Amino acid sequence: MKALYFAWVRERVGRAEEELNPPPAVETVGDLIAWLRERGEGYARAFDKPAAVRAALDRVHARSDASIAGVKEVAFFPPMTGG
Amino acid sequence: MARVRVQREDFDPGAEAEALARERTDVGAVVSFVGYCRDEGGSLAALELEHYPGMVEEEIARAAVEAEARWPLLGANVIHRHGRVAPGERIVFVAVAAAHRGAAFAAAEMLMDYLKTRAPFWKRAIRSDGAVEGWIEPKQEDDRSAGRWSAGAD
Repeated sequence: MKALYFAWVRERVGRAEEELNPPPAVETVGDLIAWLRERGEGYARAFDKPAAVRAALDRVHARSDASIAGVKEVAFFPPMTGG
Repeated sequence: MARVRVQREDFDPGAEAEALARERTDVGAVVSFVGYCRDEGGSLAALELEHYPGMVEEEIARAAVEAEARWPLLGANVIHRHGRVAPGERIVFVAVAAAHRGAAFAAAEMLMDYLKTRAPFWKRAIRSDGAVEGWIEPKQEDDRSAGRWSAGAD
């Protein structure tokens, strides 16, 4: 699946997007965050406090217990500050 | 029904609000809101707004569908800028048309609350000395304000 990172998540990870191929045991958004944290220092800093990071699956807001099965695009970002 | 635009350019709020009533005879009320970039300490050069292209338009459209389900609306027009916006410049615009003002006021307020808390935009401040500050933290009052529109919290 394609992963997108925004704002300080993007800065800490060090890239705006990449292709991810998580193992089958990674079933939810929360699992994916735990798996990403092990990928290196930048990821560890980005996902240091998982509750501070929001996620979207195929462009819809998703909670950490949401299943990632069949998802084509996952995005991680800080709480939004539009308006 | 809602027209949603996310753009770098400025816009004409008068023309955008007026467009909702043009050539119609059923609109009795258009409520519009304009949000401006505000400098609190006299040292802000600009706000930089990052967004999630694709999702941001869809998310605003979803909020508009919720507003339509809730109030009898006759049209909505939403514009949100991205990129660099200097103090005094317009950032965001929401206008809602309805037969009566109550629905238009309420729906405009709901759409603004959703834009603040659910539309994927992130702001950071650029100071007059060129320093780029960290990302702006969300305000709890915005979350509380948006919470008013959640299911069951009328």
